[in-house]
Amino acid sequence: MTTSRIRISHAGPYVTFQDGGRPGHMRFGVPASGPMDCTSFTAANLAIGNDRDTTCIEVSMGGLSLECLSGGLTLSVVGGQFTVDHAEHSLQSGVVVTLEKGQILNIRPGASGNWCYLAFAGQLNASTWLGKSATHALSGFGGGILATGQELAVSNSRMMRQLDGPVAAFNTRSFGKHLRVVMGPQDQHFTSEAVKNFLGSEFTLSDAYDRMGVRLKGPKLALDGSLSIPSEPVLKGSVQVAGDGVPTVLLADHQTTGGYPKIATVISADLDDFAQMRPRQKFRFQAIEPKDAIMLARMRAIELRSYYETVSR
Amino acid sequence: MITPSFKAVADHALLVEFGTMVDDDVNRTAIALDKSLATASIEGVNEVIPGMVNLLVIFDPLKTGHMKVQSAVEQLLPVDQQASDSGREHLVNVCYEDPFGPDLEAVAKACGMSTDAVINAHSASRYRVSMYGFAPGFAYLSGVPDAIQVPRKNSAVRDIAAGSVLIAGPQCLTTTLIMPTGWSIIGRTDVQVITGKPERPFLYDVGDTVRFRRVAVDELKGDVG
Repeated sequence: MTTSRIRISHAGPYVTFQDGGRPGHMRFGVPASGPMDCTSFTAANLAIGNDRDTTCIEVSMGGLSLECLSGGLTLSVVGGQFTVDHAEHSLQSGVVVTLEKGQILNIRPGASGNWCYLAFAGQLNASTWLGKSATHALSGFGGGILATGQELAVSNSRMMRQLDGPVAAFNTRSFGKHLRVVMGPQDQHFTSEAVKNFLGSEFTLSDAYDRMGVRLKGPKLALDGSLSIPSEPVLKGSVQVAGDGVPTVLLADHQTTGGYPKIATVISADLDDFAQMRPRQKFRFQAIEPKDAIMLARMRAIELRSYYETVSR
Repeated sequence: MITPSFKAVADHALLVEFGTMVDDDVNRTAIALDKSLATASIEGVNEVIPGMVNLLVIFDPLKTGHMKVQSAVEQLLPVDQQASDSGREHLVNVCYEDPFGPDLEAVAKACGMSTDAVINAHSASRYRVSMYGFAPGFAYLSGVPDAIQVPRKNSAVRDIAAGSVLIAGPQCLTTTLIMPTGWSIIGRTDVQVITGKPERPFLYDVGDTVRFRRVAVDELKGDVG
């Protein structure tokens, strides 16, 4: 079996190793981490015949450049609309290419999207924590954050030129301008005006955005009296509001508990698309009932099953 | 018996809340339900996270829903608070010497006692692991004696070393990572809450008891910088 060696000639900030994540340890303060956009991550693996949870590189807007030092392998880049430069071609993410020894791959932000996934045909070697390579960016546990100059090894690497070509995008965007939430668990502690503003106003993603969460810009959401709630579990998608009235949507590397009240929680069906929204993009929240949120999760699962069948090789 | 309230969270979780104020009985009840859920294996439930006054039950929305999970949880009620005590006890070394307790004097002053009295009070108490939160391995230990309880500081101090022993209100915490904190730093420990052992990756379970032992700096194991 071949091992391909790859040198990272440039890694922007927040470029990390990720597998499917390590759920099940939140009771010990450990969030699941894993991909910010799980749909694109899974498609990247399936498009080159990998198991769906195989370790990938999550590429941020900071971009990534690499060179194949030895071996040669097929790879995929899926998620957002990143520009992928390979062998004098300028391609777009949603693509499978084969990289030969001495060739360079360059991934940089394009028209849209925050994150794309670079999957290699083979096993990308990465250190694990609690059995998973998903990087918890705050601690660096797991595969870790990629650094310029680092060398990677992909064992059992395969060249499969017949797979080179485009990878279909998941075309059912789950939400338009409305990010769907279930209100609470502490919406009753906000003023009626705050709830009205939350559901009736436009919000903008701020630049305070990382794998832990994103702060929003919009009307201040005032609490009905001062409130400090006992520290309680929070989720990816929790919309917590700090004392200054500014909401933050928690993302993959969120703290597992918090003492700030949550006005609402984003439904899981909308989280991958939300993660691809860039700072300064605008959207509105829309409140739905819990039973409708469950129905949407089930619909999304059916659509994803069919999408994954389409892209699987 | 404390009757909980239930709140649907997004499409995949249910918050089971036993109270709204930090209280030992409320926390014990939440932990007792956590233990009961661990053996009940309710269909579709993936993960249970204990909080200070509540617990969050995470489920697979493809397999079950809020109402079904709520009914299954209700079947387990009432729980026996006594069941929250796991019976496991840990003895943890703490060095309170300079430079490990930069806030000891401020705590002593705020409480009107000597630093030695603060240290004695802290190390003589018996603590209960009430939850984990914030970051990996951050176990919240309830049981700081009334006499040395101080509020959180107004602003956080950055880059506090791993292994710092912190107090705020009735809670004590030993850190596992370099972190900012608004809590008072009173000592340094060598305990490894993140054990690195696959069979028990985290030292404590909620409901365990922790006692501290005052040690000199050269008695701390490993590199405590």
